[in-house]
Amino acid sequence: MQFAPHTEDDVREMLDLLGLSSMDELFSHLPADVRLERALDVPPGRSEMELLGDLGRLARRNRHADELVCFMGGGAYDHYVPAVVWALAGRSELQTSYTPYQPELSQGILQAMFEYQSMICELTGLEVSNASLYDGATALVEAVNLARGATGRDRVLVAGTVDPRYVEALETYGRGGGYGPEVLPMECGVVRAPDVGDDVACLVVQHPNVFGALEPIRELFDAARDGGARAIQVFDPLSLGVLAPPGEVGADIAVGEGQVLGNHLNFGGPYLGVIAARMRDVRRLPGRIAGETVDVDGEVGYVLTLQAREQHIRREKATSNICTNQTLIAVAASVYLAWLGPDGLRQLGEACAAKAAYAAQRLTEVPGVSLTFEGGPFFKEFALSFDRPAGEVQAALVERGFLVGPVMGESLLVACTERRTRDEIDALGEAMKEALG
Amino acid sequence: MTAGGRSQIGAPVRVSDPALPKTLDALSRPGRRAYDLPALDVPEGTIPEEHRRAQAPRLPEVGERDLVRHFTRLAQRNFGVDTGFYPLGSCSMKYNPKVADAAAAMAGFFRLHPLQPESTVQGALELLWLFERAVCEITGMARATFQPAAGASGELTGLLLMRAYHERQGDPRRRIVIPDSAHGTNPASVTMAGYDVAEVPSDARGLVDLSALQKLVDSDVAGLMITNPNTLGLFEEEIRELARTIHEVGGLLYYDGANLNAILGRVRPGDMGFDIVHMNTHKTFATPHGGGGPGAGPVAVTERVVPFLPKPLVERAADGRFFWDHDRPESIGRIHGFHGNFAVLVRAYAYVFGLGGDGLREVGERAVLNARYLAERIRSQYPLAYPGPPMHEFVATAKPLRRHGIRAMDVAKRIIDLGFYPSTVYFPLIVEEALMVEPTETESKETLDAFADAMLQAAREAREDPHVLHEAPVTTPVRRLDEARAARQLKLRW
Repeated sequence: MQFAPHTEDDVREMLDLLGLSSMDELFSHLPADVRLERALDVPPGRSEMELLGDLGRLARRNRHADELVCFMGGGAYDHYVPAVVWALAGRSELQTSYTPYQPELSQGILQAMFEYQSMICELTGLEVSNASLYDGATALVEAVNLARGATGRDRVLVAGTVDPRYVEALETYGRGGGYGPEVLPMECGVVRAPDVGDDVACLVVQHPNVFGALEPIRELFDAARDGGARAIQVFDPLSLGVLAPPGEVGADIAVGEGQVLGNHLNFGGPYLGVIAARMRDVRRLPGRIAGETVDVDGEVGYVLTLQAREQHIRREKATSNICTNQTLIAVAASVYLAWLGPDGLRQLGEACAAKAAYAAQRLTEVPGVSLTFEGGPFFKEFALSFDRPAGEVQAALVERGFLVGPVMGESLLVACTERRTRDEIDALGEAMKEALG
Repeated sequence: MTAGGRSQIGAPVRVSDPALPKTLDALSRPGRRAYDLPALDVPEGTIPEEHRRAQAPRLPEVGERDLVRHFTRLAQRNFGVDTGFYPLGSCSMKYNPKVADAAAAMAGFFRLHPLQPESTVQGALELLWLFERAVCEITGMARATFQPAAGASGELTGLLLMRAYHERQGDPRRRIVIPDSAHGTNPASVTMAGYDVAEVPSDARGLVDLSALQKLVDSDVAGLMITNPNTLGLFEEEIRELARTIHEVGGLLYYDGANLNAILGRVRPGDMGFDIVHMNTHKTFATPHGGGGPGAGPVAVTERVVPFLPKPLVERAADGRFFWDHDRPESIGRIHGFHGNFAVLVRAYAYVFGLGGDGLREVGERAVLNARYLAERIRSQYPLAYPGPPMHEFVATAKPLRRHGIRAMDVAKRIIDLGFYPSTVYFPLIVEEALMVEPTETESKETLDAFADAMLQAAREAREDPHVLHEAPVTTPVRRLDEARAARQLKLRW
């Protein structure tokens, strides 16, 4: 493959204009001791057909979610992606454009950003959003940075039921930010309201939590508010047709993994970091924000705004270093949310919750299987315990055609999206019985 | 596209259908719907009342045809590389091969859950393993991580690696040196990594001022962060001396891969003395930029930095099986929720292995040829900011037009009317009336000539009829927008 269109004549004419006689002369001012005097040890180029043959071979060595029935959760979910989503988000005028630095040629992307921000605000019950962050985990890091900057306080309290990957990300980024997340103990799969002293910048709670369980979220955020800390909720966007939104339960900042909004599993990325906050924090938000304005003729149009927060203007004093984000995934999320509408969002949430409840009941009928945390309400995901290591059960289920997990300590997570049918849940029950038999 | 029956390259799309409402919200009608879900086949669930949402979110209620027409219209109001020439400097807006999209659309890739057991994702792990070897060969490095989701995330990862490296030596340091021509993400990443910025000036040639650097560095400097070719498109010819200067005080040399495209297969960062490299796959490896993302920012490092790389890394066992290695006690931890932007990496893999070693070298050559040619064609009206020979991009200045009351932005807006996406303007900050032009290797001589003619036409108009430039653009769906009003009267949602 080669996509440079130059003919031999082109090359000659172009070199002539430059007064050069060979391509090598374009590089003649480079010091000799840094030049690579051999060919790169990358296999020679090949045709499109051959390349796709090679990639097909790699792809077939994977057992994917159309081949195995996917009950996996832990932050990425097998929700249905309607055909219309990528038919539109994949339009090449959008897909092959850059960050909208020239707004007159970028009204499509800019308006899509504005509409995405609008829908995220509606969804979360908060006041302002942005054009996206990398993923849920890094959105949490940005939210914590925002809270520390806004409060001028240092400590970061994190519920023990927040996804451990998110906590790991906080630990990594905290090395640069000069903080370490303090993880609160969990009791029976949820956390209790901690003491929030006047040195606490934020309290982070995931709701539904990493085990799918519903936290006493209002009490927890009351404690944060009383202590003058920012309340940060890690949320599942597709829970919000059914569950009270972050803005209503007392969150100041909401962050979530937007993969569930019309995006494919993609082995973990690209996903979508969703963030929403209250207006008082708008000047501390990270990343691009689209705003409405008018042109010289009074026509409504959209631009990137509040850019004085951003790295290309403010440099080392910027609210974040983010430049390239996940805009196209946010466009897909907009198509998806508009496809669902308010009723679809509610029905989809009810379906997930109903299927998860049915699955929990059905699977715990299998001898040797129990809920890790008995009794508490959950949304679309729950944890099971077995009379043997969860990893063994997971492997045995793969053999029988099911992807279940991830393994969390001694437990196995089971997630139900609207895609899972009663028949599949019943079949998983049978498979589990065999596996444990 | 045609305009007035005459074929134009990259003509801006004009759409006028006054019957279409402006936003999805305006299109919404209670009871209209696009969704289509199966009937519930299990008993209803029991979410407790106190957790339930009282009032539905005001999402649009639209039909699927509404949705299609709305987003099609938005797409038509947007300009991409597929629309036309996009010489946006520092962004390497080259053609994005469709075969790469086809690869990412294989169910064996896009239908994988990130936490599947290793036995079920051997092909995906092998792809990452092979791609890691390729990017290490291209950059002259030992190992790489694919977790960073974009270039800036790669920068921060690299700086956190520096921090871990120095702390491991028992010698934590406080400052990172960057050139005054650096991209804004560099200083912003430095701050997020907990370091202070020390800025080194450029000299009269537009290169890092070596003697100023020598005065600036001491044992408190953790590293020097540069790109080569630099942000002015010039090769830092004293790179070995720069490397020696920073290494002599125990610092590390960081390669910002924004401009790697220019030197593919000719010069490797590792051979220049760099210790840490990030790549922007949407620049060098032609993955589509999506109007702002997603990208991917792999980070490759030399042997001494390997222990600190984010975890897990893909390893191959003696029996040939691939696995995630979490057992990396000195790792800085996790930079991304999962494994980075995998579907973007699949596209980058397709690009690198499709072109091959020979093809990659040709990419660099042609990118430089195109930039040099275009610079030469317009330099009579837009002189280069610095005299040295440019590599894959060049920074010219529109300063000579100022006496006619014309600024770089006016030229850019006129270029829009003439059918192209304009160059980057007002960057780098150290050049007055900067025009930063990067044609990339995938543009033909005819396209470059047409763009050069348009630039020369704009310069002529600046002298003869500056009104045309002040009024521009007039061919676009909206004209110049009031950015001050947008920031003053915030309207950030419906």
